[in-house]
Amino acid sequence: MSTGTTKLDVVVSDVVPVNELVTRFHFRRRDGELLPTFSGGAHVVVEMRDGERTRLNPYSLMGSPLDTREYTISVRRDDVGRGGSLFMHRSVKPGLEMVISYPVNLFSLDLRAKKHLMLAGGIGITPFMAQTAQLAGEGGNFELHYTCRTASLGTYADVLRERYDRRIRLYHDDREERIDLDRLLSTQPLGTHLYVCGPAGMINWVRDRAASLGWPSEAVHFEHFAAPQPGLPFDVTLAVSGKTIRVGEQQSLLEAIEAAGVDPPYLCRGGVCGQCETNVISHDGKFIHNDHWLSEEEHRSGKKIMPCVSRFEGKSLVLER
Amino acid sequence: MAAKTIISRPIYGTLSPQPGKHHLFLADADGALAIVDMAKTAPAGFFDGAEIVFIPGPDGKHVGALEALKPAQFHQAPSFASLLPRLKQTLTNAHMGLRLYLAGTEGLIGQAMQVALEAGIDHTSMQTEHRGSLARRMQCVHCKGITENVTTQPATCSHCGLLLLVRDHYSRRLAAFQGVCINAEDRSEIPPIEEAFP
Repeated sequence: MSTGTTKLDVVVSDVVPVNELVTRFHFRRRDGELLPTFSGGAHVVVEMRDGERTRLNPYSLMGSPLDTREYTISVRRDDVGRGGSLFMHRSVKPGLEMVISYPVNLFSLDLRAKKHLMLAGGIGITPFMAQTAQLAGEGGNFELHYTCRTASLGTYADVLRERYDRRIRLYHDDREERIDLDRLLSTQPLGTHLYVCGPAGMINWVRDRAASLGWPSEAVHFEHFAAPQPGLPFDVTLAVSGKTIRVGEQQSLLEAIEAAGVDPPYLCRGGVCGQCETNVISHDGKFIHNDHWLSEEEHRSGKKIMPCVSRFEGKSLVLER
Repeated sequence: MAAKTIISRPIYGTLSPQPGKHHLFLADADGALAIVDMAKTAPAGFFDGAEIVFIPGPDGKHVGALEALKPAQFHQAPSFASLLPRLKQTLTNAHMGLRLYLAGTEGLIGQAMQVALEAGIDHTSMQTEHRGSLARRMQCVHCKGITENVTTQPATCSHCGLLLLVRDHYSRRLAAFQGVCINAEDRSEIPPIEEAFP
């Protein structure tokens, strides 16, 4: 059960290959009405019905929040992932009827900021597509620094440059172009807020440097949807519902709980929002925590787990679910 | 130490050295002692990147103790109003990496916070420590006039003369507690006036 989110019945109105890895999908409501309003940084959870299996993956909305006739997401193909992106790339065609969640924003702009400094890495550009459109519409002060592997993989770099010109700075890995991060962070006017979306390593680096250079945590915003990692199968006892389930190699713990007919709360399915936080009653083995929600202390305590992205290896695990 | 009563009533912490490139301290009277205490745990060279702006109390104490910390800049002012242009200028020209430390009376902390909020610093990222008088800055909700250094409960509005109940309801935007007429039904009813915020 997704907390506080109603489902939207949509139809795929367009599928546009963007480059060799990324494809864009457009959704419209089946009843022809406008979609719900959203703000830059919001995501939707897309239900992918793939035969017997249903995957629920979150994707940032990348269209302008000023236009709710359609929602657009961009999906990067991950050939070694759990198959969600491959399903989107191979099986989703214009005209397909799909179900998506209402938009939820866990990465919103702080509109009190005097300036918005955005750092994107790779496909982490997508929430910034919506945020820049929102800010540009309001005359907001922003600057976007975008790192991509090569110019041809710089998804939407051309669009952004065309729209916002010098407010967009590009860095190409293959040309050895690197952000001078310390200098960038040290020269921002007071009242700047920092937003970072990209690979985990980039987010950790930026957060760490910002903290060292005196950026208060209130001014540093980040989003990283940890895709659930595959792993060894394990057995779990759900004490409240009285069930024992097996979590498959390619399945997340949350998906296995849902497949057993238990309906726990969730929102982001990426280890960020905290909705699916679950108490551990007992365990004999080790946790593989992959979330960004619990503190390190909570990870060590062995008393909580985020079933959307985290796994377990060992003899037994009993959850209060 | 101010106790938490309702959610808007500010609570203050204990100054601690933060990571940062520049450190701006504002203190009045006994607030200087909070800086001196914090300095004991500050890393070496911490005050090389620090500016201290100080409003001494009527007794003029603690100036020497602050100068002894050897901050990069030390500035004294006779009142908050007199240091306001300098504070605004400093914040206008500042970069991210500047950390703000406020110590002393609630009036000083609140008014400095008001200016810093406008400059874009989130109130939870400012270091604050309450020292000295509990006297309150109060806004009369009726005439909107501000009365400084309110120590009694109830208190008379220095603008419209109404007798006001000084609430814990605080406005960060106004840097003032709210004062509401205590005898609106019958102005001749005068409750006992007690020293509440010494």
